[in-house]
Amino acid sequence: MTFTVPIDNGDSVKIAEEESQRTLYPYVTGTSIVAIKYKDGVLMASDMGGSYGSTLRYKNIERVKAIGKHSLLGASGEISDFQEILRYLDELTLNDNMWDDGNSLGPKEIHNYLTRVMYNRRNKFNPLWNTLVLGGVKNGKSYLGMVSMIGVSFEDDHVATGFGNHLARPILRDEWHADLSFEDGVKLLEKCMRVLLYRDRSAINKLQIAKITEEGVTVSQPYSLKTFWEFSSFHNPTAGAEGSCRMLS
Amino acid sequence: MTKQHANWSPYDNNGGTCVAIAGSDYCVIAADTRMSTGYSILSRDYSKIHKLADRAVLSSSGFQADVKALQKVLKSRHLIYQHQHNKQMSWLDEEGKGCVFTYDAVGSYERVGYGAQGSGSTLIMPFLDNQLKSPSPLLLPKQDSNTPLSEAEAVDLVKTVFASATERDIYTGDKLEIMILKADGIKTELMDLRKD
Repeated sequence: MTFTVPIDNGDSVKIAEEESQRTLYPYVTGTSIVAIKYKDGVLMASDMGGSYGSTLRYKNIERVKAIGKHSLLGASGEISDFQEILRYLDELTLNDNMWDDGNSLGPKEIHNYLTRVMYNRRNKFNPLWNTLVLGGVKNGKSYLGMVSMIGVSFEDDHVATGFGNHLARPILRDEWHADLSFEDGVKLLEKCMRVLLYRDRSAINKLQIAKITEEGVTVSQPYSLKTFWEFSSFHNPTAGAEGSCRMLS
Repeated sequence: MTKQHANWSPYDNNGGTCVAIAGSDYCVIAADTRMSTGYSILSRDYSKIHKLADRAVLSSSGFQADVKALQKVLKSRHLIYQHQHNKQMSWLDEEGKGCVFTYDAVGSYERVGYGAQGSGSTLIMPFLDNQLKSPSPLLLPKQDSNTPLSEAEAVDLVKTVFASATERDIYTGDKLEIMILKADGIKTELMDLRKD
């Protein structure tokens, strides 16, 4: 956006307004990511929705992507910023491959890189509006960490972003244990995703679960969870509500 | 068009408490392992104690992204400089006497005999004042501010204050990481704290 400003000699000068270039709000957003370490590596679940405010604009967004040979990146928050981050990581992994020295970036290195990127963007007051989950396996060791949009990062056995932090994390704290089998891990993640489906308005019933092990990355085909809406209270939710005529029988 | 103000804060308080006590030939530094944001717990197992050099240990509470950045810079340069929004403590000096420095977010620093920083500091500091009674740094001739307590007594004191702070401070809890610095090396101990 430019303004025209008159100057002394009668001419006028165009001045560009610089403020409009910084990120102020997110526009198209993804909701929670839930991830856990299990026996062979890391499992990460996300739904495929991209919301434009309260509109469910996109229903086929993959929010979990493979990075290099050893890592999975999941993102919630602004989708365009996630795509930008994927471009940064493309460049990073390309340069890493060009060394051709048999070495490759592991999940810990990528997590560290992302933490620095997010922190530095926050320092310039132009954040990437994402909460990222980085999981992977290298040399038999599993790694799972998270970075927020202001650069706060940590690693743990299970992580969840956004609503997942409030709804899924408690379930994981209660039921996660070391050396979960693949089936048990998927069941646990599905339990979390189902709660999110019921309670997070921006969640949709189309999810993908990605798995990373020493062998590599597998991202499942999109599928839906079975839900149950026939509870009697759902049939007439306002019966017995304050001020209503109907009594709760 | 009025200037738009940011609707996000570049800062976050990740909570936690750290305590350090300097003794005649040792230094004890301890911090809880809880990392929180708002009313949520992000991790129950996050270490706030970082080793900067052979004899220098830094413990910080507050905004952990800044802490990490600071630690990286300090580690690579072995220099002390002030950074926003975190507080740090503890050092073991060449004399072999325990040495603790506290720093605050805007650059005020002081060598002390003991210190507490973070969300539980207001609960812990008065108790340490009562138990460790360090002479005033304004006195002349300069008096030794290190505590005459033995290492075991100091560790016990630290465990007691953290157990108490955990009761009343929601941001302190989960586990306590204690580092004991002596001339021959660093020993680490872990103690469970209440998880609520």
